[in-house]
Amino acid sequence: MDFQYSQEQQQLADAVGRLFEKSYDFEARKRIVGSVDGWSPDAWAAMAEMGLLMIPFAADDGGFGGGVTDLIATMEAIGAALVVEPFASTLLGGRLVANACSAAQREALLPGVIDGSTKLAFAHAERASRYALNQVETKAVKAAKGDGGWRLDGEKVVVLHAPMADRLIVSARTSGEATDAGGISLFVVDPKAAGVTTKTYRTVDNLRAADIAFAGATLPADALLGEPGAAFDAIDEAVDFATVLACCEAVGAMKFANEATLEYLKTRKQFGVPIGAFQALQHRMVDMTISAEQARSICLLACAKLDAAARGEIEAAERRRVVSAAKVKTADACRHVGQEAIQLHGGMGMTQEMKVAHTFKRLTMIAQQYGDVDHHLERFAASW
Amino acid sequence: MDLNYSAEELAFREEVRTWLDASIPADLRDKVLNYRELTKDDLVRWHRILAKKGWVAPSWPKKWGGTDWSPVERYIFEEEYAYAGAPPVAPFGPTMCASVLLKFGTEAQKQRFLPRIYNGDDFWCQGYSEPGAGSDLASLKTRAERRGDHYLVNGQKTWTTLGHFGDWIFCLVRTDSSSKKQEGISFLLIDMTTPGITVRPLVLLDEGHEVNEVFFDDVKVPIENLVHEEGKGWTVAKYLLGHERLNTGRIGASKREMIKLKQMAARTMKDGRPLLDDPRFRDKVSRVEVELMALEITNLRFVDEMRRTGQIGADVSMLKIRGTEIQQAITELLMQVAGPLAQSFRPIDYDGFDEFMGSIAARYFNFRKTSIYAGSNEIQRNIIAKMSLGL
Repeated sequence: MDFQYSQEQQQLADAVGRLFEKSYDFEARKRIVGSVDGWSPDAWAAMAEMGLLMIPFAADDGGFGGGVTDLIATMEAIGAALVVEPFASTLLGGRLVANACSAAQREALLPGVIDGSTKLAFAHAERASRYALNQVETKAVKAAKGDGGWRLDGEKVVVLHAPMADRLIVSARTSGEATDAGGISLFVVDPKAAGVTTKTYRTVDNLRAADIAFAGATLPADALLGEPGAAFDAIDEAVDFATVLACCEAVGAMKFANEATLEYLKTRKQFGVPIGAFQALQHRMVDMTISAEQARSICLLACAKLDAAARGEIEAAERRRVVSAAKVKTADACRHVGQEAIQLHGGMGMTQEMKVAHTFKRLTMIAQQYGDVDHHLERFAASW
Repeated sequence: MDLNYSAEELAFREEVRTWLDASIPADLRDKVLNYRELTKDDLVRWHRILAKKGWVAPSWPKKWGGTDWSPVERYIFEEEYAYAGAPPVAPFGPTMCASVLLKFGTEAQKQRFLPRIYNGDDFWCQGYSEPGAGSDLASLKTRAERRGDHYLVNGQKTWTTLGHFGDWIFCLVRTDSSSKKQEGISFLLIDMTTPGITVRPLVLLDEGHEVNEVFFDDVKVPIENLVHEEGKGWTVAKYLLGHERLNTGRIGASKREMIKLKQMAARTMKDGRPLLDDPRFRDKVSRVEVELMALEITNLRFVDEMRRTGQIGADVSMLKIRGTEIQQAITELLMQVAGPLAQSFRPIDYDGFDEFMGSIAARYFNFRKTSIYAGSNEIQRNIIAKMSLGL
């Protein structure tokens, strides 16, 4: 047992920390989220150059062969700096490709993911599906032309990072009923293809997202990733992976929120003393600290389990159980730490000027992503 | 970063589990698992079994009978120990008094007391709290006046856990009332058979007898029973507060109770279905279980910190806070499982009364103590705020 980063992991953590300190402070982030496209090609290039996109991919696919454990420091740094780049979305897309695809398809797609030239977004959720991964009503049928191509119809909602994505990974039903786990397939889609309409917007936490309509979009035969109708397990695993990344991001964001709040308690004076002198506030600050540490603990466990499952050492059911536990705890902590950080900052916490306000918004949205507390409580207990 | 136990540690866990399984007397395990009171004989009998195995005081130096276990092995032992339903070893002798003697005692004091503590010959208790000195311990008033070769002790201690079993009591007493309140306190070892000592039970709301008031009326204590220097008792007390804090999360015991809770809820029917399948109930259980999973890792993070650096920060208090919250939450959920039957308590004219059902509400009431004792959870928050957050 060892909770320390390895030397390699520590070097990476330091390097990522320096990168965001230099190029992604709160002022820089304001400029980035206020720009036309809402992301920073420079920051993205720097992240790719550092090899951050290599980390979780197999050495055979040109990756570093690491696990999600090797991404903890990066995701925590992303959370602390409120980085809006399509990092986790691209890794999620890449994970789907790695999980579902043949060697030839991996070879076609993953090098671009790994070098940063192919940004991905996963178009899965639909208006009716909420968090159910098995509910897919978007349909793909073999095109009439008989060249092996596909015709795609349906709508996907809140596709994070779709506006800057070079390729979409789209789930669609090729057989079965709307909520069957079987019959779901994955396709790689050019967002600029005919029949694809992307309606973009800004999320409340300043990411970019889109609702995407497919109306008779024609896809070539090789757009199908892996075997038809067999994508559910790949999606389930990849979404668990993304869930854990989001939880680690939240841990980093909570760390920032707590540091900022503690600093405020020590400097803001009322009644002639720093407000941190008041026990009513001290105890709340302590409870925020405990929430964040508990979330970090269970995220570390979830990372370890996700990696162990990927290595085939434990069953997928155990992975699901622990990932859901992590999401429950993290979402509760996001809400607790976020709300308290604002309360303890008083009126200042309510303003756009304070970074902590943006951290609160991000924390709140992470709690909503990839299944809320109720969804994961259900999934957690399903494994009893 | 590696969250797995090593092969050696896993083998050690297996060794501990196997031995405990074979060695805990069935009648004692039954009492522990069914929340029944243990007698002094029960505690001493088990203490001696552990002592014979060499596992009664793992943290002591090897020469006095310690095990030389790593922090991880000690954690594993504690977890398995609680999980197995072993009777507790009262901490007052082996953990508390012994730690003080090992750090501050003279060679003669160590020789005199440590072997008897180890073998369970003396049952120790703790004389800290007083009616006017709880969280504000330093305002204690029990006086010890120097009279030649002895001290004359007068005053009252309270909340003395298992004082009615006590052969000896270690006490914080005031030897100088003229100086600042933290100064002028001394640490005395007192033979409870000395004339002038009266132990009076304080029956708790569950009608259990575990704590007592102890009165001292012109009690003569030989000066060789002073530990460390006169007036330096607060240093000793502070040392002890920072000691043995890696087990305050009570992970093993809560894991065991969580399993029991789920088993009982699976057998309890509600509207023709197991209560455990009721979403409202199940979600409450899940939330506590998730908190416990997280706390186990938090606990291991502190164990790892101890392993690497030999010390841990004041934020370790969070183990006590969350650990006791979890313990209390489980007792509340057990109450919910019991439903209306939770009201039953003691049989009057009733053969075959369900003793376990009768103990559930009592345990719920009793466990409110956990967030109050050993430094209330509010004091633990003060400690983190001050020492760890710098507020």
